[in-house]
Amino acid sequence: MIPAPVSIETDVLVIGSGAAGLYAAIAAARAGARVFIADRSLIGRGGATVMAQMTVAAALGEEVPDAPRHHYDDTVAAGRGLCDEPLAQLLCDDAPECIRELDSWGVGWARRDGHIAATTAPGHDRPRCVYVDFINTGPAVSKTLRTQVARKDLIHKAGDLCIVDLVVADGECTGAVGYHVGSGAPVVIAAKAVVLATGGLTRLYRRNSASANMGGDGYALALRAGCALIDMEFVQFFPIGHLAPRLVGMDPIMWDPFRYKLGGRLLNGRMEEFTSRYGSDEDGKYVLARDLATYAIVKEVEAGRGSPHGGAYLSFQHCSAASLRAAFGPVIDRLAANNIDLTAMPVEVAPIAHYHMGGVKADATMATQLPGLYVAGEVVGGTSGANRLSGNALTEAFVFGRRAGNSAAERVKRTAPPKPGPQQARAALDLVRADAAGDGANTAAMVARLQAIMADDVGPFRTGAKLERALAGIAALAAALGEQPPGGGLGFDLQRLEWFDLRNMLVVARAVAQSALQRCESRGAHQREDFPHLLPHWRRHQTVRLRDGELNVSGAPAAALAI
Amino acid sequence: MSARTATLKIWRGSDRNAGRFDSYEVPFEEGQSVLDGLRWLRVNKDPSLALRFSCINANACKECMIGLDGETVYACTARLEPREMTLTPLPNKKLIRDLVTEIAPPSERFKP
Repeated sequence: MIPAPVSIETDVLVIGSGAAGLYAAIAAARAGARVFIADRSLIGRGGATVMAQMTVAAALGEEVPDAPRHHYDDTVAAGRGLCDEPLAQLLCDDAPECIRELDSWGVGWARRDGHIAATTAPGHDRPRCVYVDFINTGPAVSKTLRTQVARKDLIHKAGDLCIVDLVVADGECTGAVGYHVGSGAPVVIAAKAVVLATGGLTRLYRRNSASANMGGDGYALALRAGCALIDMEFVQFFPIGHLAPRLVGMDPIMWDPFRYKLGGRLLNGRMEEFTSRYGSDEDGKYVLARDLATYAIVKEVEAGRGSPHGGAYLSFQHCSAASLRAAFGPVIDRLAANNIDLTAMPVEVAPIAHYHMGGVKADATMATQLPGLYVAGEVVGGTSGANRLSGNALTEAFVFGRRAGNSAAERVKRTAPPKPGPQQARAALDLVRADAAGDGANTAAMVARLQAIMADDVGPFRTGAKLERALAGIAALAAALGEQPPGGGLGFDLQRLEWFDLRNMLVVARAVAQSALQRCESRGAHQREDFPHLLPHWRRHQTVRLRDGELNVSGAPAAALAI
Repeated sequence: MSARTATLKIWRGSDRNAGRFDSYEVPFEEGQSVLDGLRWLRVNKDPSLALRFSCINANACKECMIGLDGETVYACTARLEPREMTLTPLPNKKLIRDLVTEIAPPSERFKP
């Protein structure tokens, strides 16, 4: 039995409660708007923010002189000619202010000689990346923002609330439909403005560095509401994700801060340095950009020179026990509990799905093409072009979250109370009210199947044949999924939740694969083995739209379409 | 030599007074977590099992708290072992279903 629908009315609905969503909520409430935060996981616990053990880029200029224009130059250089310049400009201009605001809220940025300490991450021309010791940046950010949110009476919030579709009435976004995972109750939310802050799509891949709930929900919600996505072919793989030995209780991207502080040596299965073969000599320092490092490791494995589990070795054996302890304190004990002694052994690392450069097209106010719908954080497409610079992910969560919250609150002031719009909500409401008998499909196995397809055929190295095979596999999964969710009013029915997840994941997977198939060149995170060169006429964005169930990818240059 | 397995004896149900234990064998590999076993189980044997987790491995989200042989643990850091392991929902939290309990602070819960 499905419980009766619950209606909620607010000024600003924020979907997602990572750094982008929480910052948006704080900004909107500060401007006087009532806010409702919905998250399909628990508030501030799921998503990527809490996992971010690393650094945040901002041109603070505390330890060495710096200015946003230098940060911008590095961001645009990393993007391989494709950064959306107004978005990149906003990111770099507003970053210092957000970092200082978080500092005033007690986030606890690491300090050195009275200044906020900054480290040099790959691709930056100077120390610019701040952090919270010891590898605690994300949890500290999440806790700080949750505390600020809790102090605002204008903000209400609900975890375990899965948003299924946005409501569009008379060409404007007027709210959303979802259901409460804990009880199965359908929920209709009317809002004057909606902020999508659901993060990226790393869950589409078998090995990934983010939470289990990052299935591209925001991209799918925006697509179905009529918005355009851009740059969907650019998925960032983090080159040195932990591979072996099995390590529990640690984020798989944990070796990044180790490399910032200690350098470390990347070695192939024969314990030889190899990155120089691919155009960059590391010389014990951590300078290699992510796309180049991913390429070097994958090619070394293909040549039969991989580590035993199919990656590369990362060695800190040149570091003394004392220097390891000084740099990472209690983390060294957590490694010891996993039988890992870095002075005595290397670990194995391999590329892992980490971040999505593509996303919803937005302007520098974070407005999408649908009036009333705003985006923040990783949902926003285009800022990072073909390759994101280290440290810019949390920065964009803060900067874009704050801007989206301000823009949404501005809209609230000039917008009449939302109409409930029952007609427009009907289709989504029918889905969350669907009451199906029987066991339903094995949705957990279908998620695993999709992850295998994406990892094997839509990974960092692509060919036309692999992408065609992936699209066929995705279509078969979509046919197997069907039109109605399984289950009914059972509490915490994961098969029902995974059905709604797959509905989003499959359309987003198609958007990635179709965009990748159409981009017949190699650029940044998108590498086509059948088109191995960067081509000047491809210096352009591709746009994806959903029309009558079909995805249309547009933007290919005339020269490419003629082939 | 046959591969070693772990036996997960899991409390099932949505009423503390009317539950049951289901036992499942899952493959055991040195170094795996209990959550690894539970995730394997959902993909390969029983997708209807309800459990709560988000970050999978990092012990960052703190969502996967359950009872293991009567002790409260994080499923992502508790090691899988080649023996029978009894998994139960947290005893002091409101039960939702199977291993899932209401662990959010009251101000962060959905209130119909």
